[in-house]
Amino acid sequence: MLEYDFMQTAFEAGTVVAVVAGAVGYFLVLRNLAFAGHALSHVGFAGATGAVLLGVAPFWGLIAFTVGGGIGMGLLGDQLRGRDVAVGIMLSLSLGLGVLFLHLYTTYATQATSLLFGNVLGVSPENLWDMLVLGVLTLAFLTAIARPLVFATLEPELAEAKGVSLRLIAVLFLIVVAIAVAEAVQVVGILLVFALMVGPAAAALRCTTRLKSGIALSVVFAVAETWAGISLAYVTDWPPSFGITLLSSVVYGLTFVPRLLPRAARGDA
Amino acid sequence: MSAVELENLTLSRGRRTILANVSASIGEGEFIGVFGPNGAGKTTLLHAILGLLPPASGAIRVFGKPPGNGTALAGYLPQKRSAIGDLRLRGWDLVASAYEGHRWGPPVLGSRGRREVAWALATVEATALAERPLSELSGGELQRVLLAQALLGKPKLLLLDEPLISLDPRYQQAVVELIKRVQGALGITVLLTAHELNPLLGFMDRVLYLGHGRAALGTTEEVITSEVLSRLYDAPIEVLRLNGRIVVVAAHGGEVEAEAHRHDA
Repeated sequence: MLEYDFMQTAFEAGTVVAVVAGAVGYFLVLRNLAFAGHALSHVGFAGATGAVLLGVAPFWGLIAFTVGGGIGMGLLGDQLRGRDVAVGIMLSLSLGLGVLFLHLYTTYATQATSLLFGNVLGVSPENLWDMLVLGVLTLAFLTAIARPLVFATLEPELAEAKGVSLRLIAVLFLIVVAIAVAEAVQVVGILLVFALMVGPAAAALRCTTRLKSGIALSVVFAVAETWAGISLAYVTDWPPSFGITLLSSVVYGLTFVPRLLPRAARGDA
Repeated sequence: MSAVELENLTLSRGRRTILANVSASIGEGEFIGVFGPNGAGKTTLLHAILGLLPPASGAIRVFGKPPGNGTALAGYLPQKRSAIGDLRLRGWDLVASAYEGHRWGPPVLGSRGRREVAWALATVEATALAERPLSELSGGELQRVLLAQALLGKPKLLLLDEPLISLDPRYQQAVVELIKRVQGALGITVLLTAHELNPLLGFMDRVLYLGHGRAALGTTEEVITSEVLSRLYDAPIEVLRLNGRIVVVAAHGGEVEAEAHRHDA
């Protein structure tokens, strides 16, 4: 199937996105921010559809809104009561705005579907380059903040006592999440970002008790699920997003049956 | 030189004065139990010693220096802890996260960091525990791992905020004995806040009792008396000694410590 250019591009784009989503997702799940990641992708919907309306590439609208939303959420802090409510209301408002923008610009019905459910087979070679550059930058940035991020995540009170600004870390990390979400939307779409950002990471956290193995395993799961999902799409002509979400759920589900996993992969034997 | 010197110290949070004009001197190598009703300023005092809260007036000196510079000299075990107990992450990685955790960069320790983490875990006899996921540790075991974390950087002063809270009595005793052993082995000064006196009797060198902005420092016999505590609680307090245990009761009835404990639960 790799003789087709679009399939090759799909695999390359899928790999870039899966590596970023797997790595960022691990910290997202560790910080108990899965819902925030989900919400950020929805915020991006208004941005993407708004950009289409203005004649700009939807990706840039998407990323502008997710990053803005990420900074907002980070500043909100996790101490605030009713944070989930505030985020949820922002989420529904963004989807509402997205619907309005689509209504005002009716010719783009297919655009809406690929935004919502992803269209990895439609990634152009130019898009691929943007995604690769952004992905590398995101991972570099994540690496640069990873040490205080882990400290602040596991031991916020101690980290604060040692001079780590919890708010700064929260904002910087949510910027990373926002970019990763915008990338993941290219593959699985706004509604299914959970499948790449949360599923592999949650499964990895259940499989190993080591931080570094966890990050690595999360990336491996994300990449494997993406490849298998795209391959399944090639064979069946079903959307790749379906295969990816299916595998993401299956792998997560399998972690509840530890005896089916090889001993080495469990890590805590 | 004293480990911690409080000189006419006044501490405020916002407009509220927590401690007013307190002077006390804690010697090197002392094990001090810090007590007082809720809101008396136990945690606030530890924060001030760490340099997180500047004095409203007066001065704090940690080994002769103002705190802040001295932060590296102090190991800290905070009271409020996030839900790390649910994580399927091993203890080693938790302890390691605090090793120079404030510095930017990837979470890679290097051989010096790994040695330091291994040393801290060995000191509290938690080397084997640290391989298990946090979610499978008991309260006492988790406390032991967290104590190792407080020992990173080989501090000369340990500030432990309520390390016994929510532990059942059997584990309380084990944790206190461990802290005492570590203190003896490393020759460090310990300030430990707690609600209950009894688990610490026989381990503490002196008691620092806080209440209504005031403080009393002295041996258990000197401080845990009806006279001193009535002054600190601003209410009549009776102290009963039964078979080597101490019960502090409000004169109107009701055990003071038990009451304080319930507030926290």
